[in-house]
Amino acid sequence: MPEITYREAVRDALGKAMRKDEDVFIMGEDIAEMGGSMAVTQGLLEEFGPERVRNTPISEMAIVGAGIGAAMAGMRPIVEIMYEDFLTLSLEQIVNQAAKHRYMSGGQLTVPLTIRTQGGAGWSPGAQHAQQLEAWLVHVPGLKVVYPSTPEDVRGLLWTSIYDDNPIIFFEHRLLYPVKGDVPEEIEPIPLGKARTIREGTDVTVIAIGPLVHRALDAAKQAEDEGISVEVIDPRTLQPLDEDSIVASVKKTNRAVVAHEAVTRMGFGAEVTSVLQYKAFDYLDAPIERVGAKFAPLAFAPVMEQFIIPHAEDVLAAIKRTVGK
Amino acid sequence: METYTARVMAKVEKKRALNDETLRDFLREMLLIRRFEEKVEEQFRAGELPGFLHVAIGQEAVAVGVCQAMEEGDVFASTHRAHGHTLARGTHPNAVMAELYGKMEGCSHGYGGSMHLYDVERGNYGANAVIGGGLPHVTGAGLAFKLRDEPRVAVAFFGDGATNIGTFHESLNLAQLWKTKTVFVCENNHWAESTPGWQHSPVWDDMSKRALAYDMRSIKVDGQDIQAVFDASQEALEHARSGEGPVFLDVETYRMHGHFIGDPQVYRTKEDRDEAAQNDPIVRLRERLALGDDEFESFDAQAHEIVDAALEFAKNGTDPQPEDALKNVYA
Repeated sequence: MPEITYREAVRDALGKAMRKDEDVFIMGEDIAEMGGSMAVTQGLLEEFGPERVRNTPISEMAIVGAGIGAAMAGMRPIVEIMYEDFLTLSLEQIVNQAAKHRYMSGGQLTVPLTIRTQGGAGWSPGAQHAQQLEAWLVHVPGLKVVYPSTPEDVRGLLWTSIYDDNPIIFFEHRLLYPVKGDVPEEIEPIPLGKARTIREGTDVTVIAIGPLVHRALDAAKQAEDEGISVEVIDPRTLQPLDEDSIVASVKKTNRAVVAHEAVTRMGFGAEVTSVLQYKAFDYLDAPIERVGAKFAPLAFAPVMEQFIIPHAEDVLAAIKRTVGK
Repeated sequence: METYTARVMAKVEKKRALNDETLRDFLREMLLIRRFEEKVEEQFRAGELPGFLHVAIGQEAVAVGVCQAMEEGDVFASTHRAHGHTLARGTHPNAVMAELYGKMEGCSHGYGGSMHLYDVERGNYGANAVIGGGLPHVTGAGLAFKLRDEPRVAVAFFGDGATNIGTFHESLNLAQLWKTKTVFVCENNHWAESTPGWQHSPVWDDMSKRALAYDMRSIKVDGQDIQAVFDASQEALEHARSGEGPVFLDVETYRMHGHFIGDPQVYRTKEDRDEAAQNDPIVRLRERLALGDDEFESFDAQAHEIVDAALEFAKNGTDPQPEDALKNVYA
């Protein structure tokens, strides 16, 4: 199995889909000659040309909206929004339009659009280039929301997203782009709504997304040294959510920690917590712990930024609280 | 559903000059829309219809002129004032009325309502209740037609009020930059809800300036003259279809009634309403055709008959089951 980076895995899925299918094209700001501000689309312009690798003006509403229109007309566009903070500019088109055309038309239309975006803190970009807004989108019926944490998952899930007939918000994390991992020789599509158990354990389950998956794995290793056996589950898709796998794991371990980089208040972890208290109430031996950013915009000064965002130590501390250590 | 279209909807040969026979068909279509919307007003005031509704009485020549110039395969995005566009593009009045009643036989099967009329088979990509919401869609659809080298055009209807929203500017810029197969139809009816043009736009009396700012070809049209609308639409559609780029149709029209049904129009003077009434496109076409009372009344009676049948059809339609609300969320 070859080892590639998360960045290369995204690029591989984009390239293979465009090679396979004339209806797939990509558009976004600075994605052509520059290869994207995160270098994800490097080399695609040379292979596919400017008609299918479309540099756009700085117009998030029109980029997303044009993607919707092209999708309604039968294509499979992939739109890149440079930072998920800028997703806010296109929310009208995502929330009122993409998510609702199928419904409002009584099933006549489909919008097979994939919106890729990235964000995340840890490199001091300040408050407008580092937010984690995935929970906002999970709240909207009609959208699917994907947030992979490994090269294999990002490639297999992006492939599935491109060929799904629904609008998909596909979150990537800036700090994950250089992360390496083994991937199958050929792309193996990963179904949406299927969690992955990354590490098995018996004492506590950590349900983590994005970079917190890696931080949770670090925490799990440290916990092991202290005699605590930790299971780590990555839901991978937030909508649809694989409730069964999460609930089954917690019924086994009787303790749960939810972890993400977004602020804890109304975060994705709040929903997972609610699912667990309802479906595994009698199995819980401790309050469910939530790990996330402190409730503040992301500060510029590294010392303040690092104070705000959650680290492996925060996950470890939460794990310990669940087992009373 | 039985067809009513053969009689009322004229299929106009491309580039054929409009003869009186065709203009008579246009008049009948405009009358149908007028009577349909009057009936909708009446039913709404009687408390028969849920939600809230917007009619485009006075703007029928725009709907019919543009839609008759479109070809099969062309698509369009409409606004919250969409009954006319939908009917003019050939959606059966029964299906439109049934939608207003929230019935499964409606053109959106009861999921949309007046502000979300769809008919994908006839190219209706949806009436949109967010001002300017559909403009990026027709830019994208026009891009798809260009990428696939298809001889199709995507048309957007929107009012003068939409020319101040971001999607308008971003879409015009993108469409012209990429030369998408798109036509932007600005129905300048002089009112953004209750706000007159002069209060919302420095170029309210010449919207073409908006298009010029994006280097887009613009055609100014008297929207109360069906012939002018049809001719300009044909020219615009041909231009876009050929791949030469999008066109902005700056259509001067009048909203004869309020923003929504029941709007007391306290913001509007009697003079303004009189002026709108004097520019009734149906009266103007009737005068042009020198139609006698007998012929006009027979046209009118036909329109009433179709509308009454549509009302009957809608009232007898099938209510969705409450749990149908959970269908169609995902494909």
